[in-house]
Amino acid sequence: MIVAGTALGGLLLSGCDRLSQAPQALKFIDKAEGVTLGVQRLVLSGQPLAKEFKVSDISPTFKPNGTFTPSDPAYLALQQNGFADWRLSVSGLVNRPLSLSLDQLRALPNRTQITRHDCVEGWSAIAQWTGPQLGGLLHAAGLQPHARYVVFRCADNLGGPGDGGKYYESIDLFDAFHPQTILAHTMNNQPLAVPHGAPIRLRVERQLGYKQAKYVMAIEVTDRLNHIGGGHGGFWEDRGYEWYAGI
Amino acid sequence: MSDAVMPIGGADRQATPAAPTQTIYRHAIVVRVTHWINVICLTFLLLSGLQIFNAHPMLYWGQYGADADPPFVSLGAVYTHDHSLKGVTKIGPIKFTSTGVFGVSHNEIRGYPRWLTLPASRDLATGRRWHFFMAWAFVLNGLIYLVSSAINGHFRRDLVPTNAQLAPRHIWQNIVDHARLKHPVGEDAKTYNVLQKFAYLGVILLMVLMVFTGLTMSPGIDAYAPGLVWVFGGRQSARTIHWICANLIVLFVIVHVIEVFVAGVANEIGSMITGRYTYRTGADH
Repeated sequence: MIVAGTALGGLLLSGCDRLSQAPQALKFIDKAEGVTLGVQRLVLSGQPLAKEFKVSDISPTFKPNGTFTPSDPAYLALQQNGFADWRLSVSGLVNRPLSLSLDQLRALPNRTQITRHDCVEGWSAIAQWTGPQLGGLLHAAGLQPHARYVVFRCADNLGGPGDGGKYYESIDLFDAFHPQTILAHTMNNQPLAVPHGAPIRLRVERQLGYKQAKYVMAIEVTDRLNHIGGGHGGFWEDRGYEWYAGI
Repeated sequence: MSDAVMPIGGADRQATPAAPTQTIYRHAIVVRVTHWINVICLTFLLLSGLQIFNAHPMLYWGQYGADADPPFVSLGAVYTHDHSLKGVTKIGPIKFTSTGVFGVSHNEIRGYPRWLTLPASRDLATGRRWHFFMAWAFVLNGLIYLVSSAINGHFRRDLVPTNAQLAPRHIWQNIVDHARLKHPVGEDAKTYNVLQKFAYLGVILLMVLMVFTGLTMSPGIDAYAPGLVWVFGGRQSARTIHWICANLIVLFVIVHVIEVFVAGVANEIGSMITGRYTYRTGADH
């Protein structure tokens, strides 16, 4: 009885394991992401803010993750010079493409927020972030009517050398124009450190850590995601993770 | 419960020929269907949940928690002086070596072993996809059960203990009977006993807690319902409570399956498939 039970259990588990990675099964269960996105968009339609914490709530240590130092020579040259020559380009489906220096970003109206960063792995850390709102930049650039997504091109090659290894991310306009969606150049009152994404990282507070793109070099407004990278809207999305990371 | 009492006939598969039995219609169709869907959902949720846990095999109390913060639970690994891997499990003040099962298994650093995760190999993305798909199925299935049970009186009639059952003497007697593996006959066999009712109501509460602690881990839901984070004392506390509830549900399932075997596996499983349950009338006493 016990032997039979164990054998059956083992058979079920290995069957489960094979089923769990069958392409048809995965294609079917992926529909859950659309349901989650739909329901969360419904309950978040009033654009509530993510909770903002007190200074005393800030994590003593904020764990950096992913790339700690980009290896790209162009990035390293910018870093050598304290990012004085760094420019953020805003292009794509905009009426007035922009090219902004770090000082110009700092001179814009900035927002400061103490928020919780939730990694897809399960851990959380709290920090204070300062930077201009993405919505303001997009207004300044002027979106064209068929603009739907904002793509962030990053300097780090988390996936190895070549364009296929480049980190990138994307959000849609619903999150892009959220008041807490900022391009943070300052973390805990210090210039953003390299392990955390210097000179700027995206903060899109109602989603998980992999959406918070570091080392942002360029912003591209687009109408679709399938022609960029692996076509799923981000570095981790191309590796099986959900594009909508609100859960 | 006894809306379709069957005559005695030849239904005495379970008992000795001397003991007269009766078969009743015990489980409504909605209970049977939602029960088995729940079995599938919980199996996938547990195994994919352990896959997700393995991405960061530590648990904390409070709003935040990561590598530098003191964990409440950790399924970790250390190198011994002969450079081999040793699994070390920490739960609160308890610490023990768990090589082969927790922390280290198959010479690999991983919280739970391959045979307890879905997929077996390290694959957080796939684990998450299964977890959230099954979570939706679990919630919809659970809602069907809860709403129908509230309407058709299943809770009131079958699960809420009667005043007589809540008498301390009765509860004590019930505990003694369980310890002796003694099962009721006659009229008492037609209803759930008081420990059984506590267990079923308890596991329903645990499953509700699973949903809410799970939702609390969603940064999107937290913006919508900050009260959830407050109730559980922070996102990391919610993650820890999620894990504790999962363990308690596993414990329930173990006891539940043991009881099925003790009470008569064919009759018990059969009754959850066909709805018909056979019991000894106790006329031989």
